[in-house]
Amino acid sequence: MSEKVKFGRSPVFFETFNRKPGVAKKNMHYCPGCGHGILHKLIAEAIDFHGIQKDTMFIAPVGCAVFSYYYFNCGSISVPHGRAPAVGTGIARSQPDSYVISYQGDGDLGAIGFNEFIQAANRGEKITVFFVNNSNYGMTGGQMAPTTLPGQVTTTSPYGRKVETDGFPMKISEIVNALEAPVYIERVALTTTANIQKAKKAVFKGIKNLKERKGFSLIEVLSPCPINLKMNAEEINKFIEEKMMKQFPLGCIRDNSETAVPYIAPPVIRDAEKVRETLFPRRLSEGVAADFRNESPIFDQELRVKLGGFGGQGILSLGKMFADMARLRNFNVTWMPSYGPEQRGGSANCSVILSRNRIPSPMISRDCDLMISMTQTAFDKFGHELKKDGILIYDSSTMKKPDIEAGVIFGIDALQIADKKVGNNKVANSVLLGALAVILEKKGYLVGKDVADYDKVFEEAIRECFSKKPQVIDANIAAYEEGKKAALENL
Amino acid sequence: MELNNRLLLKGNEAAVYGALLAGCDSYFGYPITPASEVAQTAALLFPKLNRVFIQAESEIGAINMVIGGSASGRRVMTASSGLGISLKQEGMSYLAAYELPAVIVDVTRGGPGLGNIGPEQSDYFQLVKGGGHGSYKCLVFTPNCAQEMCDMTMEAFRMAEKYRMPAYVMADGVIGQMMESLTLPEPVKYDYDPEWKMGRVVNGEANIHTSIYMEYDDLEALNHKLQAKYKLLQETEQRCEELETEDAELVIVAYGICSRVASGVVSILRKEGLKVGMVRPQMVFPFPTNALQKIVNKCNVKTFVSLEMSAGQMIEDIRLAIECKKPVHLCNRMGGHIPNCDEVCDAVRKIYNEVAK
Repeated sequence: MSEKVKFGRSPVFFETFNRKPGVAKKNMHYCPGCGHGILHKLIAEAIDFHGIQKDTMFIAPVGCAVFSYYYFNCGSISVPHGRAPAVGTGIARSQPDSYVISYQGDGDLGAIGFNEFIQAANRGEKITVFFVNNSNYGMTGGQMAPTTLPGQVTTTSPYGRKVETDGFPMKISEIVNALEAPVYIERVALTTTANIQKAKKAVFKGIKNLKERKGFSLIEVLSPCPINLKMNAEEINKFIEEKMMKQFPLGCIRDNSETAVPYIAPPVIRDAEKVRETLFPRRLSEGVAADFRNESPIFDQELRVKLGGFGGQGILSLGKMFADMARLRNFNVTWMPSYGPEQRGGSANCSVILSRNRIPSPMISRDCDLMISMTQTAFDKFGHELKKDGILIYDSSTMKKPDIEAGVIFGIDALQIADKKVGNNKVANSVLLGALAVILEKKGYLVGKDVADYDKVFEEAIRECFSKKPQVIDANIAAYEEGKKAALENL
Repeated sequence: MELNNRLLLKGNEAAVYGALLAGCDSYFGYPITPASEVAQTAALLFPKLNRVFIQAESEIGAINMVIGGSASGRRVMTASSGLGISLKQEGMSYLAAYELPAVIVDVTRGGPGLGNIGPEQSDYFQLVKGGGHGSYKCLVFTPNCAQEMCDMTMEAFRMAEKYRMPAYVMADGVIGQMMESLTLPEPVKYDYDPEWKMGRVVNGEANIHTSIYMEYDDLEALNHKLQAKYKLLQETEQRCEELETEDAELVIVAYGICSRVASGVVSILRKEGLKVGMVRPQMVFPFPTNALQKIVNKCNVKTFVSLEMSAGQMIEDIRLAIECKKPVHLCNRMGGHIPNCDEVCDAVRKIYNEVAK
């Protein structure tokens, strides 16, 4: 911290304002009688007093204070209109060492950026907001603001603010007081010396809360704008004290600064090993070597699987199990769910393609090698996509045996078997996969070691899928065995 | 226990894995179909590494949080779709003006208006041509599989920083929703403070970011600087994949899911003896002009087809790239339809036969 400044310029300000264009490098760009200069000075003093200049990030709004970085020697960003509290959130969260000050005016905070402001307040962001309320839009030449008083004439309310159509002035501090999270809300004014002293106290408290990471602080500042309101110094003070203060009474609205518990974010984990541990799955089975290839000739071509039924039958998860089994045996695999309006309509279907080569389109519209159809509707929709020598497995409880040409047509009541034999109707998928194992073996699709490997890869996939629900694994394995049994009896 | 880097992930999930592996510190986003899994996966995984996940109040809130995080020198991202990206354009323009890096995943959907949640590629113009106010551009990656959703998200962080500009990862609804096997790359360590970090003291003054330049000369100078950067990118960073273009008489240009369909079409038509090839832009800004120029200057090529899920957006860039030396036909679907292999084969066969006459 630098030496206290009693007279002269705070060290938080630049000695000369070199960023400011033009020749006048010693004075600010604000109009005569404007409150911004006073508030800037109070904030600079508070930053200096609390020794946080190095890590202070000052957010310049769109409004008269857009050039605040001409004056404050600290990190700064001039942001889109109204977005200061959102940008501030991004800074405060991504760089928890920083101290974020959001400095905003009527239009920026109360109108175009009200949502960003109120949501940041509601999240209890650890930032301090200075809200400069001067009852009009200063930068653009004195238009109506959300804080413009009833009857007040501005360039866009030339007949005076009409409450019947323009509404009443927004009492921002009172609105914020309806939220739980903010720790400190106070309204001050930059009129008399006494009021400026009170404002200084509030500013210092807001900056102290910031330093101590107490939470969201709002200081609303009634500030003179004599040029736009076409008043002299005396008239503008009278306007604030007699008119604005009636709408916007001064005083502390909430102060939980003492009791608020500081929040310090835990340090980000960047260690590569920990990142790997978090993102890379644990190998639960011995798996196969990277150069493993199944020996059955059917795997030398692209295999296209279509599954159809209605939501809740586990169609999508059956597809995922297929895909996982293929992944575990080094196949490239795509799983594409029904996507679009159908998703909401009760029917569910998905396409799975496995191949040793790159898979072109993941969508299947014909040449399907294996189809599992759980409803008549699904079969009516997709049945024609099955190859002449393809395999069809259908749910014998919901549809009759279709009269089509196919390599294998096999009906099974998987739901009934899961329910009656295993006591868990959620494992019908595994019944189907068990039946498929028998079909693939008996019809000669699987040869050699692939026959036994199918059982193995099923179990590996189940163990990976349900690694967090071990109680489900046994039920699925039992269902798989029941599926095999049923297929052996009925094929 | 041994770790395994082989996973089965949706494209949307793969983008989040890529981000974390690239050292992304913060995710700020608003849910929208078909991009919601990006936010959901980020919500699940970011806190495990003490990284920041915030469900922003709006798309506008999210992109402005991205501005704050990036200005703070951290790697940050957001994701959305079509109409959400429209809302972010103000922030995109500011990011370009500040010359700040950021990664924005756009899982495109049908439009205009609320459109639908089906896949379209109709965000092409708003991503490639600037989108917001001012003369700016963004990097636009166009992955066509889950592996590339992961890899290109990582690459987007690297390129965004190298050129100090925002980068889009443009995935259509299919690439986002489809689950595929992929291999996770090794994590990249990102723990340094970049030169643009706000507040970092350089020559006795703390770094600032602003996009307001009151002097016309200053703003013109910024524009010249940005344009020089885009020119350099266009000259040095084009990325595309070519398939059977060597002797092709007809070249299909397609990206995203359309390129997957097109690769199937090429292999079917080649078997029929038609000399068809494909150029797949892996980035659409910078656009693969060099590859297309090279092809159009060969005497064998007679025509091009732009296969896209939009009303003819990329086709304009193809025509510019080949300086209209050959005709470019549009083959497209809209409204959420994905062109199927058979209909594209029919359309391409017809064009091919007409040209052959």
